[in-house]
Formats: sequence, structure tokens, C-alpha cells
Amino acid sequence: MGIDQLLSEARELSTPKLRDEIVQQLYEQSRKLCEHGIRYTKDKTDIRTEKLDRLLTSPIFGFPIMLVMLAVVFYITIAGANIPSSLLADFFGSLEPYLTAFFHFVHAPNWLHGVLVLGLYRGTTWVISVMLPPMAIFFPTFALLENYGYLPRVAFNMDRIFKMVGAHGKQSLTMAMGFGCNAAAVISTRIIESPRERMLAILTNNFVPCNGRWGTLILLASLFMAANFTGGVQSLVTTAVIIGIVMFGVVVTFFVSWILSKTALKGVPTHYTLELPPYRKPKIFDTVIRSSLTKSWSVLVRAVKVAAPAAVLTWVFANIYIGDTSILMYGVQFLEPFGKLLGLDGYILMAFILGLPANEIVLPILLMGYLSTGSLTEVDSLVDLKKIFLDHGWTWLTALNMMLFSLLHYPCGTTLINIYKETKSKKWTFVAFAIPTVIAIIVPLVITQSAKMLGVI
Amino acid sequence: MGNEYRIALAGNPNTGKTTLFNALTGLRQHTGNWAGKTVTLASGTVAYKDKTFHLIDLPGTYSLFSNSKDEETARNYIVFEQPDVTLVVLDATSLERNFNLALQVLEMAKNVVICINLIDMAEEQGIHINEKLLTRKLGVPVIKVSARNKTGFPLLLDTLDRIVTGKIECHPMTITYSDEIEEQIKKMEPKVKAIIGDRLSSRWVALRLLDGDEALLDELNKYLVREGTS
Repeated sequence: MGIDQLLSEARELSTPKLRDEIVQQLYEQSRKLCEHGIRYTKDKTDIRTEKLDRLLTSPIFGFPIMLVMLAVVFYITIAGANIPSSLLADFFGSLEPYLTAFFHFVHAPNWLHGVLVLGLYRGTTWVISVMLPPMAIFFPTFALLENYGYLPRVAFNMDRIFKMVGAHGKQSLTMAMGFGCNAAAVISTRIIESPRERMLAILTNNFVPCNGRWGTLILLASLFMAANFTGGVQSLVTTAVIIGIVMFGVVVTFFVSWILSKTALKGVPTHYTLELPPYRKPKIFDTVIRSSLTKSWSVLVRAVKVAAPAAVLTWVFANIYIGDTSILMYGVQFLEPFGKLLGLDGYILMAFILGLPANEIVLPILLMGYLSTGSLTEVDSLVDLKKIFLDHGWTWLTALNMMLFSLLHYPCGTTLINIYKETKSKKWTFVAFAIPTVIAIIVPLVITQSAKMLGVI
Repeated sequence: MGNEYRIALAGNPNTGKTTLFNALTGLRQHTGNWAGKTVTLASGTVAYKDKTFHLIDLPGTYSLFSNSKDEETARNYIVFEQPDVTLVVLDATSLERNFNLALQVLEMAKNVVICINLIDMAEEQGIHINEKLLTRKLGVPVIKVSARNKTGFPLLLDTLDRIVTGKIECHPMTITYSDEIEEQIKKMEPKVKAIIGDRLSSRWVALRLLDGDEALLDELNKYLVREGTS
């Protein structure tokens, strides 16, 4: 009899719980050895760490505390970003007449003014004024939590759930990374050793809204979901909606991981040791300055590199006519029936398609699309925005659907390229594109059709 | 070659394993491939009395299941290359976590020395370790050192010397599992022994088979072919 036969025989005997029991027994033995062989003359050296851990990773308080932490970070971001955002928008808006005057002064052709001011300038300054303030607040706050040592505790808390769905506990760390940028998070999945669980983390990372989608989510939530509230309460409601969206993304992550680990990526999660480093007081000034400066800089660079060309392209599409219809409108009309089915419209789908290179530009493209046909020609402040949406038949349901589509839809171009680089497989890259797309279609479809049936809209 | 011996260093990451390796071997190091693998392991020599110890620095790992390449490398070396002694380096300030790896090594190898490093830090923190009691419980020598301050080295080298010359015999403790698992092991172990003989711990192999460790299976087959012909 060979070893191979023995293995199959062993499989018959064994139970899936075996590894857990082995590990448990090893730890039990370790504990006993320490109980007998070690004497402590000082109290546990790091009492603070021990106490904090008992609270922050407690089975009862761990999750609520995590949610509160998340809410606080989002609230600070949303409430704090309001004012600088509108200041920036006002500032860029007030510059625009001078630019236009300058173009008139040098007798520049109309199309050049269109491409450069209405396309490039508006698109790029939009991305900067909507994206930059939340990022400049979110990242330092998050970095403070990270440097304090809280993130490994999050992984610890989440481990049980990830294990239940067949995934790896460290996936929560790569998800946290995804709040910043999914493309970077895909690379960060290298911390997961097992290829199977790493693939799960890659395929589901997209369900965490990144940097580029925050702007869209925050804006739509505050315009449509929290519209009846003012001041601090409005920020609170917006925060609650955002938390809801994020939680939904997390639930989808678990669900997709679970389905995959029962089908295409079958297997049992591997064991790993997670070191919980002692809590350290972060260098606050250093952290804030470094993370806000570097992140702000990368947002700016991205705005110029990706948003600018896309804005120009969109303007060109919206202004080149075949017959009496622009190229953009052909696309919009083609997508309209499908969009309506999902509770969206042709413009929104078009914006998501053109926004493939970067999620930051989806909203600017959408606005440009709306403006190229509407009567409004200038968006001076964020207040005017809602009117544009309402003029195109938006309701809170449209906003909710767009937020969900934004949360769930395919990863951006950069992320897809990184997925290909990391998996070295066209098949898995396609899967990473297809799974979110299908879910992003099904969820709004179901919501819209049930809302219609129930007659709430 | 009668007085040359191979000593493998295993341990968790950040236990000062490499510091110990460097302190013991000084500049007498080189990195070499082993057994035709692409994995490179640092090795170095220590001369003690009339003997030469070849120290091999295995990758730092938290456990020795087949979770990652590093774990497999360390595990395969300990099991299949069968060093004369496996030295497990532990961090004195977090022994409870570190013992996990030590216990896993005790399951797969006989000649093991437990080396508790960072003892200076532990004493500062008021942690007192009764190494004599641990030696009795574990059935293998437990030695306290501080690689940074180079304390405890003479006793460590002397212990290695006495193990390879057979003056100390190791009887590593057996970790007993639940009755159910023990029952399964009892069924498997004789069959495993029939194939691999006494060259490897048949209890450990049986346990790994029950755990469904396929990566180990390939290594076992290769090992059996290698051993069968020699």
C-alpha cells in the first residue's frame, strides 16, 4: 500500500474540524506550560494594551466600537469637507468668467474654449473640489487609527466572520486599504499567503468604496437622502447613509466570498498568526501632515492625468454631431431603456462606461452630459447641482440606485490592470470584472422593480 | 566528517533568531541551496571543542503547517533533511505564543533544544522563567540566552555538544489530542510505520495525513524514493 492510499484512507477517518482541534490543543499546552514555568513579579508590563485589547476585541463590544469608530471617521470627513469643498468650487467657479474673457480677448475659436474651459477646466476642478477635501481629512484620520495600532484589532474582530465564509482574516486589512484605493489594495493582498484566499480578497475588494467613489456617495447622500435636514444633523444623516452603503458592501463581500469558497474557489481557510502590536501614541503632527500631503498630491496628480483627458473626451463626444444628434446622445439613447429598467438612465450608464479609467470622473461626466442638453450652462455652487439632477427626473430612488451601482460596479481600469498583473490570468481578471457588474445590475433592478410594485415611487 | 553536525534554527519572526545566528557564527557564513531547491538558506559554522556545528537559519514562521512557502521550507528541512539538532528560538517576552511552534517541532523531531532568547528583556519586564521545570515538562533541554548580550552561549554550545555525542538523550513530550483524534491516529499509525519505518515520526505523519496535507505527500514520496535507493 502506498502513501497516497493512506491519505485517502485518512480522509475518510478525518473531520474538517481536525485542524482546529490540533491548533487548539497546541495553544492549550502552551498555556499550561506558561502557567507552570513562568512567574510574573511585575504586573503585566503593558497593562494599558491588555486592558484596551480586552475592550476593543471583546466579543460584545468589539463590533459596536468598530462601527462607532468608522462612523466617527466618516462624520469628521463629511462634516469637515463640506465647507472647503464649496469654497473650492466657488473659487474655481469665480475664475471661470476670467478664463472665458481671456479666450474672447485672444479671439480663440469657440471649440477651443469648449474643450479647454467647459471640458478640461470644469472637469478637473470638479474632481479637485469634490475629492480633495474629504481625502485630506479621511486619510490622516484613518492613518492615526492605523498608527495607533487599531487596524490589527479590526482584523482580529473580523476574523471569525471571514473564516465562516471561507476567507482569510487578513482580508479585512486589504479591505481597509480599499477605502483608499482598490488598485493599491489588490497589490496589498500579497500579505495573504494562501493563493485561494488571496484570490477571494482580490475578487471582492471592489465592494469597498474607494477614494474615487467617496465624492459620488457623499454628494448624492447629502443631496438626496439628507435633503430635509440642515447643519450638523444633515452631516449625521449623510454619515448614517454612507455607513449603510459601506455595510452593504461588506455584506456583499461576505456573500460573494462565501459563494466562491463553496464553488470555484473551494477550500478551508488556513490558519495564521496575527500579531497584535502594543498600542502606540502616534506622532500626530507627522501623521497628519504626511498622509494629507501625500494623499492630496496623489489625488491632484490623478485628477490631471486621468480626469483631464476623460473630461476633454466627454466634451468632444457631447459636441460632435452626426446628423442632429451628438455621439454622446447616441450612446445615451441606446442605454436609456436599460438604464430605466435599473432605475437609472442612459446618461448615468454612459457616465459609468466612460468613467472606466477612474471612478473620480463618473460624476463630472454625468454632469457634462446633462449640461450639454439642459438649459443651465454654469454650475457656480454645489446647490445648483440638485436642480440639474431634478431637471432630469431624479428622485431619491435614482440617487440610491446610482450609489449602489457605484458601490458594486466593475473595478476601475487601474485596478483591473493590477488584478491582471497579480493573478497573471485573463480568466480571473474577467471574473473580477463580471461578478461586480452582474451584482451591480441585479441589485438596482430588484430595488427599482419592487419599489414600482409597492408603489412607493 | 565524523565531528561535523548540522543544527537547524527555527523560530517565530522577530525572536532574534537571526541575531543569535549571527552572534554564534560571526563571519563564517554563506548562503547555499539545499536539496536542489531554489530556496536559499543562510548557513554558518561554529567550532566547539573538536566539533564543527553547521548552523542553518530557517525562515521565521509562526507555525509549521503547509500554509506558506516559508513554513513548508522550514518544515521540510526539519523533517526530511533531518539535522542533528533542531534549535527552536523563542521570544522570552511572549512565550505563550511562541511555544506553539516549539510544540510543533517536538512532534516532528527528536533532538530538539529550546532556546529562550531575549531573556534580558524578559527580566526587565519581571518575567521569570523556570527553565528546569520546562526542561522536565518538554523532555528536551531548555536554555535561556540573550543573543544581544551574548549570554548563555557556553551552556547552549555544551548542550548541543552533549546531544550529538549522545550524553543527553531527548524524550520530547507527546501532545495528546481529543479521544476521537487519538483513535484516528491509532488506526493510521501502524500503516504509516509499515511504509516509512522508523526514519520519521510515524505519529506525526499520521496526524498530517489526517489533516489532509497534500503538499507533504509529494515531499514524502520524494523522500521515500531518495531513501529507498540509497
